[in-house]
Amino acid sequence: MPSKVAGFLLLCAAGLAQEHNPLANDPNAAKAGEFQFRINCSFCHGLGARGGGRGPDLTLARKRHGTTDSEMFHNIKDGIAGTAMPAAIGSIGVGMTDEEIWQVLTYLRSVQVKTPAQPPGNAANGKDAFFGSARCFQCHMVQGKGGRLGPDLTGTGSSRSMESIVESIREPNKRLAAGLTEATKSFPQEYETATVVTAEGKTITGVTLNEDSFTVQIMDPAERIYLLEKDTLRSFKKTRASLMPAYDKSQLSDKELGDIVAYLMSVEAK
Amino acid sequence: MNRAKLVGLLLIGGSLAPAQVSFDRILNAAKEPQNWLTYSGDLSGHRFSTLDQINTGNVKSLAAKWVYQTGATGKFETTPLVVDGILYGTAPDDRAFALDARTGRPIWLYQRQLPGDIRPCCGRVNRGLAILGDKVFMGTLDAHMMALDAKTGNVVWDVPAVDYTQGYSFTPAPLAVKNEVVMGVAGGEYGIRGFIDAYDAETGKRNWRFYTVPAKGEPGSETWEGESNKTGGAAAWITGVYDPATNLIFWPTGNPSPSNRGAGRAGDNLYSNTLLALDADTGKLKWHFQFTKHDEHDWDSTEVPVMLDLNGKHLIVQANRNGYFYVVDRTNGKLLSATPYGKVTWSDHKDAEGRPAPSKESSPTLEGRYVCPGASGVTNWMSPTFNPATGLFYVNIREQCDVFSTAPQPYEAGHAFYGSAYIPAPQGEPYSGALEAIDPMTGEIKWSFKHPSPTWSGVLSTAGGLVFSADAEGNFIAFDARSGKPLWHFQTGSGAIAAPMSYAVDGKQYIAIATGSSLYTFALP
Repeated sequence: MPSKVAGFLLLCAAGLAQEHNPLANDPNAAKAGEFQFRINCSFCHGLGARGGGRGPDLTLARKRHGTTDSEMFHNIKDGIAGTAMPAAIGSIGVGMTDEEIWQVLTYLRSVQVKTPAQPPGNAANGKDAFFGSARCFQCHMVQGKGGRLGPDLTGTGSSRSMESIVESIREPNKRLAAGLTEATKSFPQEYETATVVTAEGKTITGVTLNEDSFTVQIMDPAERIYLLEKDTLRSFKKTRASLMPAYDKSQLSDKELGDIVAYLMSVEAK
Repeated sequence: MNRAKLVGLLLIGGSLAPAQVSFDRILNAAKEPQNWLTYSGDLSGHRFSTLDQINTGNVKSLAAKWVYQTGATGKFETTPLVVDGILYGTAPDDRAFALDARTGRPIWLYQRQLPGDIRPCCGRVNRGLAILGDKVFMGTLDAHMMALDAKTGNVVWDVPAVDYTQGYSFTPAPLAVKNEVVMGVAGGEYGIRGFIDAYDAETGKRNWRFYTVPAKGEPGSETWEGESNKTGGAAAWITGVYDPATNLIFWPTGNPSPSNRGAGRAGDNLYSNTLLALDADTGKLKWHFQFTKHDEHDWDSTEVPVMLDLNGKHLIVQANRNGYFYVVDRTNGKLLSATPYGKVTWSDHKDAEGRPAPSKESSPTLEGRYVCPGASGVTNWMSPTFNPATGLFYVNIREQCDVFSTAPQPYEAGHAFYGSAYIPAPQGEPYSGALEAIDPMTGEIKWSFKHPSPTWSGVLSTAGGLVFSADAEGNFIAFDARSGKPLWHFQTGSGAIAAPMSYAVDGKQYIAIATGSSLYTFALP
């Protein structure tokens, strides 16, 4: 009865692409999922799913690309177009079967914070500060408004933990933001600061957009882009001190900081 | 009639049928520098071309000659072979091709129909072919060894080596030795039992197999706790070298499994991370030297070993992933020196034999431990080169540390078996890459050219006084071999994950490298 067998197999296959996690709340599946996560996901999302250098914090209840079982299954299995999230075929890690993806989902649900962490601040006040007194908008864009020198922060609230956003504001040099990602490079370009003196003697300081062994692209604080060949420069220096000022408590009180974080967390990416 | 036309007529007339590359020709590869007859160019692993038409004086005029696009996505890791005007290469998903080496136009194309459940750990890659007689040889991702007719690409024989669903695959270029084809298996991420095979080139019959993890009761099995040897890994996924003077094949092996967890496999874990000296006719072990005992950092020793004859000594050297440059007497396997050539924090002393030994603080923990180098190593499988004219060894290095974590993981056949993972250092440390020129006798770094980020490119040196390499950002670069000064570069559009080689046709020298999904060649105008 080959046709019936095939029908049965199709049902099984369809069953795996179902709406709800068949392994939900199974502690053994959560454990297995933790191992799978470490092997396949932790490189970007961190050992405890709390977010790494380039992947979002997955313990947050809210997720930019979907929170339901079927959405998350699809995102893990097929990757997310337009982002660095690959399909589960082993380009990062070793790849996962459907069952292993459900295990990972069971693990993620087990570490997910039960209620969305409500930032203590006031988002409306935070928006005012972002586009006003704190002058964040001079370098950062949110939903199409603001500057281009620093990273666009529209998706930051839905992809990073509160702690990491606070760290980026108080200590921007501790971990530079990631910029351009190229397929064959081990790491993305970071927001390093470059200072060059051109052949004509002009000094330019700006953010490194991209660099190879012979060229460098820099954006200065006036958002002018310079495309430079290193061997034509009188000098070229790079530092890992961010152009972003470190906002200490005298410049930004804990309350103002909390408001800004609340604002960023309230922003919905389109 | 000029010479180019004559060659064209000869090709049409069938002069390349069949290629007939005797082993004698491979042994004496230096006598025909226009050809590239084996993965590293010769059997000693030098990746050195005696062609000097392109040299320090004229390399600034080097220009792209032709580009062949494979149409394959994924990491393109091949080193092509060239025999008498025909270029033979491989591409992802076990494609193989033969091209006119002057124009890049295909003569034949082959693509294997792979099953859907293959288990390559790190991309659907293939690093190249071996050639012997009238056949080219390829290992496949479903762990078969194949011979293709060099003239047509037709399959001559196709032999399954092992059950691929257990995590086995073949990714390196095979090594043709005498009348056989030697191949090492991949799968160290799956708890396989590693091996090196030799197949009769004519028939595909397996002449011998050396298991890189001994069975219970065999010598070396005492270096594995309990039954951990059954899932011990020690894959052998890079091409080795051959010494005709002693009839020994030198082949390095990879990490013990699980890669990031030493608990449960107490002991040295032979023959993981080991240089093996095997009798070419029988596969019997003559001697072994283990670089990293009881590895917990995934530091495969699958870097091409290089045979050197210096100061009357018969040496074999390796720039190892663990960050040390090892010099070993290849007549007996005794260590002569081990010198760091990049950032190393894992070792704080040497053992009685002079081998760097781990500190107590280097072992991975549940919370994670910061160790240099990172899991990708100070270098990795990217080929180095030795230039006899400068006496220098050139290798691409990585400056990058990782946090190594570990957790218990049950073995399940065919599933990833890491015993946890490593992640980039959370401090947001800088990382970089560099091309280094090392004096193999002293370990001294003679020059270093720093790249903005670490590259996966291999390195070629030539009698033109040049070293060719690529950065991760897509530049293919010619360096002055003596000074390290970059003399020429070309933006190929993608970082290289392959090593360059050189050949000549009709008296014109070419340099070739695979980047992105394209094979680029360069020549003087």
